[in-house]
Amino acid sequence: MWIRSSMAYPASFVLMLFSSMLITVMDFVAVVLMFSHISSFGGFSLPEMALLYATASMTLGFADLITGSIERVGERIRTGTFDAYLIRPVPAFVQTAADGFALRRIGRPLQALVVLVFAFSRLDVDWTVARGIMLVVSVIAGSVIFGAIFVLGAAFQFVSVDSAELANSFTYGGQTMTQYPLTVFGKEIVRAVTFVVPLAFVNYYPVLFVLGKPAPLGLPSWIGLLSPLVAVVMVALASLAWRAGLRRYRSTGS
Amino acid sequence: MPVIELSSVSRAFTVTSRVGLRRTRREVRAVDGMSFTVEPGEVMGYIGPNGAGKSTTIKMLTGILVPSGGTIRVAGVDPSRHRLKLAKRIGVVFGQRTTLWWDLPLKDSFAVLQKMYDVPLARHRENLAIFVELLDLGDLLDVPVRQLSLGQRMRGDIAAALLHDPEIVYLDEPTIGLDVISKARLREFLAQVNADRRTTVILTTHDLDDIEALCTRVMVIDHGHQIFDGTLSQLKATQSAPRALVVDLATSLPPIEIPGATVTKVEGPRQHLTFPTTTSAAPLLAQIAANYPLVDVSVSEPTIESVITQLYTTAAS
Repeated sequence: MWIRSSMAYPASFVLMLFSSMLITVMDFVAVVLMFSHISSFGGFSLPEMALLYATASMTLGFADLITGSIERVGERIRTGTFDAYLIRPVPAFVQTAADGFALRRIGRPLQALVVLVFAFSRLDVDWTVARGIMLVVSVIAGSVIFGAIFVLGAAFQFVSVDSAELANSFTYGGQTMTQYPLTVFGKEIVRAVTFVVPLAFVNYYPVLFVLGKPAPLGLPSWIGLLSPLVAVVMVALASLAWRAGLRRYRSTGS
Repeated sequence: MPVIELSSVSRAFTVTSRVGLRRTRREVRAVDGMSFTVEPGEVMGYIGPNGAGKSTTIKMLTGILVPSGGTIRVAGVDPSRHRLKLAKRIGVVFGQRTTLWWDLPLKDSFAVLQKMYDVPLARHRENLAIFVELLDLGDLLDVPVRQLSLGQRMRGDIAAALLHDPEIVYLDEPTIGLDVISKARLREFLAQVNADRRTTVILTTHDLDDIEALCTRVMVIDHGHQIFDGTLSQLKATQSAPRALVVDLATSLPPIEIPGATVTKVEGPRQHLTFPTTTSAAPLLAQIAANYPLVDVSVSEPTIESVITQLYTTAAS
């Protein structure tokens, strides 16, 4: 339905898609420019950075495409229009996520794909089947982790309406962070994104593993393999939080 | 087997108010210890002043709000626990806001609902044809919901709530803001749906004509408590709202003296009297005619408004 409405103006849709791609491409151009002055950043070469960047962008892109609209639940809670979702035989979660589904958000994963192809062409990695599967699985797990953070943020809005920006700082903000080798931010940050908000599992640890690099903080290098597990835990947390939010929902007068 | 069962259901809200820097929390019981049952096919009017807890009850019955105490069973299940399962068996209309998709034409909204509720296509078409005809929706199907007038939108909302053949429909102020003709048409439609399909209807309203036209049962609540439950005629009977008598005499006289009636107002030759519902009007009139120069007379029954106003005031005191 929303796909249909965005397709109602095809030219506008193409322009929007193009501009959303362009913005994110410019983002990566900044990284390329940076590498014209240095040859290694946080122990990463340009193609390695490209892989990190692409996975960060792709995971957030997918999560944003599927669950990005859920942050708008706050407005629905405030105005009471959330009621309309709760009388339908489809989970409120699905309806909220589907509301205002924006196909133009496909721009980010598309751009990530371009950067990923660039990374593959330059990377000096022995691509075994296992490594390939590992990369695909970790992109899925990473998307799920970002998605869970979107949902957690939305669930929090049942308690504190208008807290959408809090979740955004972890998702959109987190994406900016996860496109760089996390060690450049210092140990405390690495600890925080490992144990508190597990953003490091979105792409950093899996990429370290694929590239055969050691993990920071003296963690084992196979820690990257744990990202599907982290994703499962995050989904469980998000789903509990969402349910708790629904039970707390108090609607509006009349 | 009742289709709706409530036993000592309560819902409290915490209201935080702020005076200067001090924040105070106060618990407000919107619904307090409500118990009742509704049989299939009943049309129940659920009335009460603003803030009495009507909408809160409806929202608990649909599963939108979780009760703070007591148990609810609707069509055999706990609404807040099995909200999705129940959703297919109930229809809901909120008079204050639409549940349709703002930017979609009415017919697209209906098509989405058919998919959502998994209504067999043949059944959907059949229902749609009936509702389009009865609610006169033919010209509106291609119009986006946001462009519909209030009355048109309400007709659309009501059709939408009934398309999946629900066993129960909740109508929260369905006639609010509608003109007389639209109201009459809606009532007629609802009465017909109830007769044809034995749909249970729960209706909250401030318009007592809705109740007179539709409801076999009336429940009055105030401050979250039930203060009356019965038929409309029982409601009228329980309250001793007096009947009124207006007599026009040939000349201006001091207040007339008739046993069984009292004069409440004198306007020149016109005098207003009241007498209890239990007294018959005829002997009173005969006495007046025998003793005074009677020109014209009119008797008025207590309006249901006055009955209900009296009910609210007695409940409050």
